[in-house]
Amino acid sequence: MVSAVFHDPRGAARAVAAAPPEAAARTAPRSAPETAPEAAPGPDAASAVRGPGPARDPIDWRGLAARLLPALAGLGLLLGVWALTTQRGGAFPTPAATFDAAWKLFADPFYRNGPNDQGIGWNVLASLQRVGLGFGLAALVGIPLGFLIGRFATLNRMVSPLISLLKPVSPLAWLPIGLLVFKSANPAAIWTIFICSIWPMVVNTAVGVQKVPQDYLNVARVLNLSEWHIATRILLPAVMPYLLTGVRLSVGTAWLVIVAAEMLTGGVGIGFWVWDEWNNLNVAHILVAIFVIGFVGLLLEWTLLALARRWEHST
Amino acid sequence: MKPMLSIADVGMTFATRRGPFVALRDITLQVLRGEFVALIGHSGCGKSTLLNLVAGLTTPTAGVLLLDDRELKGPGPDRGVVFQNHSLLPWLSCLGNVLLAVERVFGATEGKARLKERALAALDLVGLAHARDKHPHEISGGMKQRVGIARALAMEPKMLLMDEPFGALDALTRARLQDELMKIVARTGATVMMVTHDVDEAVLLSDRIVMLTNGPAATIGEVLTVPLPPVREAPRNRLQMAHHSGYLHAREGVLEFLYRKQAHVEPEAA
Repeated sequence: MVSAVFHDPRGAARAVAAAPPEAAARTAPRSAPETAPEAAPGPDAASAVRGPGPARDPIDWRGLAARLLPALAGLGLLLGVWALTTQRGGAFPTPAATFDAAWKLFADPFYRNGPNDQGIGWNVLASLQRVGLGFGLAALVGIPLGFLIGRFATLNRMVSPLISLLKPVSPLAWLPIGLLVFKSANPAAIWTIFICSIWPMVVNTAVGVQKVPQDYLNVARVLNLSEWHIATRILLPAVMPYLLTGVRLSVGTAWLVIVAAEMLTGGVGIGFWVWDEWNNLNVAHILVAIFVIGFVGLLLEWTLLALARRWEHST
Repeated sequence: MKPMLSIADVGMTFATRRGPFVALRDITLQVLRGEFVALIGHSGCGKSTLLNLVAGLTTPTAGVLLLDDRELKGPGPDRGVVFQNHSLLPWLSCLGNVLLAVERVFGATEGKARLKERALAALDLVGLAHARDKHPHEISGGMKQRVGIARALAMEPKMLLMDEPFGALDALTRARLQDELMKIVARTGATVMMVTHDVDEAVLLSDRIVMLTNGPAATIGEVLTVPLPPVREAPRNRLQMAHHSGYLHAREGVLEFLYRKQAHVEPEAA
């Protein structure tokens, strides 16, 4: 339904203008699970995200419509307000102008005219690569660290204050440290992603380990399982839901941070692209970038939610 | 006959924030091979604590426990434990849960196929071969408990330790599982120690009923030998038992102990 952004916005705007205002108001809580990725996946979010999952027949058309129509109405409302406020011209482009700009951008997403002029596809891929590297390193360090903190109380007491202290630090504060240590922009951006996306994984994994039910550990004891079997057969599956929540939050953070970091470090990347277009005063491209950033973030979120559901187990 | 399990002068004192708490004292009990012993007493009397001591989940602060002349130090595959809340791992299938236990005990000496055979045989023993690929959340409470029993039996333990295994089930399911347990005991000759708070369950299933006094500092008040042929020779019929004099006599004895001699005084801390 997000792809509807790129469909004819004028038609949708007209449809919404006719819709009574209370219908639009009702859409707000419906779309809440999607706009707040940290929220626990409620039944609404779960089913809205299901997509090509296991087919349940018969298809609940009525339920689908009840979910989809308000979402479309909300989107239409946004476009309508946007179109109305930009009607008189000014620096802010109209939806139609933005759509045209997007059309041109997506017509050729993978061109290269030198290092500072590349297609939007390359920019997104460059950002994703940085996020992948920074986040991957964070997972490699953060998840085992979380396991250790969860398993050993002393370590927990040792590290917890540090985590509490470092967690709220803005990503931009870490960037100079990265530049100082690595003396290069790209590793500094990756470092910033790493340090900002590691905390949710550490904390959630640690909590997950601490919350493994005593029953399971008793089973491990009476079965006399080896440490390896305890780790792989009991701890890991029991912690998995927590761990994946941490991963999900981390990826979200990483994707938030990358735009800010790239604005400062430059190079190829969606964040730098936004800054570049601002310098060119091409606001339509900035708006397109905002939609693209949102869309990619949503895709990352959905992928991880789908992954998390595979690991859900009810007791 | 030499006892299989020998509990000698065992005491258990827990260190709590408000000082030491004596849960059990001076417990001396012997269990013969093939015997079915029920532990009964009011809640909080430490019967589960005693079972945990035998399971090796806790270490006694006094006395010694011997299983076949060897001191019990920690849990081991020679004692299969069935927990009240079944404690199946939700991410494993029924077969997987049983296999986990089997692999631990026989994994070093037997091949994969043979291990699976063992796990399947155990599931078959509790009548759940058809549910092998189901996950715990897909089956009923009674079935989960049966998988728990299968898991314990699959290890071929010397003793089966059961902590109120049917306590969380409805009365009809409980009766069916009791009947099934009797059949399993008759087939395998298992030595069983079972914690229960159900007088009828204790009398119906066991050869001896160990009655604990009220805690704290609980100890064995009386041991009643059930005047019925042992379950391992033939499962008892609950309908016949309803007016069997031996059954009624034993039942009366336990009730007498629980509700006259140990009339429950509500403890300040449950």
